[in-house]
Amino acid sequence: MKHLSKVLMLLTIPLTLQLFFFPLWQITLEAPQYPEGITMFIWINKITGTTEYTLQNINILNHYIGMKYIEPDSIPELKYFPWVVIGIAFLEVLGLFWYNRWYYLFIGALVFALSCLGVYDFYLWEYDYGHNLDPNAPIKIEGMVYQPPLIGSKMLLNFNAISLPATGGYLFLLGNIFGFLSFVLFPKKK
Amino acid sequence: MKSLKISIAALIGISGLFIGCQSGGQKKAASATGSDAASSVYVAPGEYDEFYAFMSGGFSGQLSVQGLPSGRVFKVIPVFSVDAEKGYGFNEETKPMLNTSHGFIPWDDAHHPELSQTDGVPDGRWCFINGNNTPRVARIDLKTFETTEILELPNSGGNHSSPFITENSEYIVAGTRFSVPIPQRNMPINLAKGNFKGALSFITANEPGNMTIKFQILVPGFDYDLAHSGKGKSHGWTFFTTYNTEEAHTLKEAYASQNDKDYIAAVNWKKAEEYLAAGNFTEMPAEYAHNYYDERTQSATSSMLKTVKVLDPAKCPGLIYYMPCPKSPHGIDVNPTGDYIVGAGKLSADLTVHSFDKMIAAIEGKQFDGDAYGIPVLKFDAVNIGTVSSGGLGPLHTEFDDKGNAYTSFFISSEVVKWKVGTWEVLDRVPCYYSVGHLMIPGGDSKKPWGKYMVAMNKITKDRYLPTGPEMCHSAQLYDISGEKMKLILDFPTMGEPHYAQGIHADVVKPNSQKIYRLDENEHPFACKKESEARVERDGKDVHVYMTMIRSHFAPDNISGLEVGDRVYFHVTNLEQDWDTPHGFSVLGANNSELLIMPGQTETLVWEPKKEGVWPFYCTDFCSALHQEMQGYLGVGAKGQGGELKWSLGD
Ligand SMILES: [Cu+2]
Repeated sequence: MKHLSKVLMLLTIPLTLQLFFFPLWQITLEAPQYPEGITMFIWINKITGTTEYTLQNINILNHYIGMKYIEPDSIPELKYFPWVVIGIAFLEVLGLFWYNRWYYLFIGALVFALSCLGVYDFYLWEYDYGHNLDPNAPIKIEGMVYQPPLIGSKMLLNFNAISLPATGGYLFLLGNIFGFLSFVLFPKKK
Repeated sequence: MKSLKISIAALIGISGLFIGCQSGGQKKAASATGSDAASSVYVAPGEYDEFYAFMSGGFSGQLSVQGLPSGRVFKVIPVFSVDAEKGYGFNEETKPMLNTSHGFIPWDDAHHPELSQTDGVPDGRWCFINGNNTPRVARIDLKTFETTEILELPNSGGNHSSPFITENSEYIVAGTRFSVPIPQRNMPINLAKGNFKGALSFITANEPGNMTIKFQILVPGFDYDLAHSGKGKSHGWTFFTTYNTEEAHTLKEAYASQNDKDYIAAVNWKKAEEYLAAGNFTEMPAEYAHNYYDERTQSATSSMLKTVKVLDPAKCPGLIYYMPCPKSPHGIDVNPTGDYIVGAGKLSADLTVHSFDKMIAAIEGKQFDGDAYGIPVLKFDAVNIGTVSSGGLGPLHTEFDDKGNAYTSFFISSEVVKWKVGTWEVLDRVPCYYSVGHLMIPGGDSKKPWGKYMVAMNKITKDRYLPTGPEMCHSAQLYDISGEKMKLILDFPTMGEPHYAQGIHADVVKPNSQKIYRLDENEHPFACKKESEARVERDGKDVHVYMTMIRSHFAPDNISGLEVGDRVYFHVTNLEQDWDTPHGFSVLGANNSELLIMPGQTETLVWEPKKEGVWPFYCTDFCSALHQEMQGYLGVGAKGQGGELKWSLGD
């Protein structure tokens, strides 16, 4: 059993570092006049879209309801998240050498806690963009807020907004499960 | 002779009677369509047509893009005529496109579209088209569906037998329909015969921005009507039909129809290249414009060229031969293998088919029947391989399918006749409503036709549609040619008068169609790529406005300090980078047109305010929910009293 536990810990390392290659989350906007949909991808270090102009196009649409421009340069998380990810990977590498059951639990719990914090942070940004609207916006609808759902879909005026984890998010979750499993399967001392 | 003429006249009369009989025509057309016709041309909402058709606009000077089998119109591309809708020829960027040695010419007569080819197959890069009146050729880029290059032709009196490309787009060609004094000079018209000349031009086609007359051949002063370049084994040759070998200068309808046979001019352009390389040409003084729209600067420039290289057949043996062809031939068409050259004697009943192999043998065996102004005339029997006894009258033009069949339009008997290449037997015939000119099969003049549909472009419309007063649209008819019998499946209206068309499978063109102009590649000298850089600069009477547009405002949208007598240049950049988000721009009292600016593009409108006041401008293309709000004001004072130049967006 010792072997399996260590292999799982080894696997968490690529499942962490893949975040540099795959987006964490995606928000898709659907409307009749956008037959191909508009999808925005949130990475640990950048925001992209289906095309290189997606963000500009979303911002143009958003300005009608007075939403702030989404400008990746003004989002500090995109600057320090990469270091958090590298830190996690470093702790996981350390786990290959410091073979301690409680340390394994610590890694699993830490990554889980950081993930929850990340999702909460994402929620706060969504809340801010959705509620903090320009009072001079061309389109104002009494009582209407434009916060996209954390997970799932919601109609925002003419757009159906669908928010879901993306490839990187799923793989990272898998890494976290592997982390906990490496603790659970850790050979107990007789 | 006389009896033939009388019978033609009688037949024209009969067809006239037939046209005049409305109910008769409709009954005939209705019974000609099968019950499944509707489903075979039905393109469901949201679905695409299988083919693009590029149809010339004739006297509109433009090129329309339509879908097959639906017949729907997608775009009318301005080529030789100004188009206020798109600002073509009105905005500062495209005005130079219509420059010629006769100055700015806002109109032409566009006849024959021709798609670029690679290895004899349409490749979807460009479409070329001729301007007949003030002789020109144009290139249309099929990434943007815009006209990007126009070359004027010196020594031409009317560019009709053009562009007709060679199989690897080496050349498009241009022959003159009206021979003229070369070089031009005034002279008594009764001296035309023997003194007027024609010119056949070969123009490099596959170097955008560098459309050049590689050489011209000075030829006897006949009328050069249509052309087609050889393919496969006949690659290296181009064939031109001639009429008026009588060289009449008046009442041509009679005097130019006297000779029993006119000529097909066979030009060995590979030989021409050899003579050119050997320096066997003269550099003749000339004056003609080359206009090029550079996609980087999004602006056209016009340059005037001063010489043209001319080859004299008398000094270039083997360059050109004449093959006799009966009765003022119009169409000259080469079958997909390149073996046969089909001449359509428009005043006869039959088609004349010459063989390329026989022609080469006749040249080698010197089977000449005299000469015309020093150009050897090949013996008719030495080159002829067959005659299609059509049973129709007035053949004009032939295209081919991919199964070894040919389809010829007959103007006088108003029908299309299908015949077998090689045996020359007639297989089928269908009526046209009415009086078909050219016909088109997608790829039908190339090595690989898509033999599924055939379009007949008719010259007379009469009762085919709801009437629109004296002027009617020109009508096209679509036939299913996938089976043994041709089946009429659709009538559809066209723009202007399509003299000819080209068709191509949508898969060849559609993937390359551009969605936007990239703002980061916009090198327009007056582009303004950021709203924060929008500004107004005065330079004496000239005022340059660097304006941006994005949903749903202009920057700046208030300008004051303008004066009567100013020349205001609005350089407007569309900052959008999303597909199908153009904006328009128009100013009250502008003496030109609107601008219609695509995403990432910069265009310039000149406005010379005539009256004091505060004048509005606005977006003309319904761009967004706040489109009606996309507007601004221009403050104009009396001469010398405009005050300080100011501009703003938001208070
Ligand atoms: Cu607009």
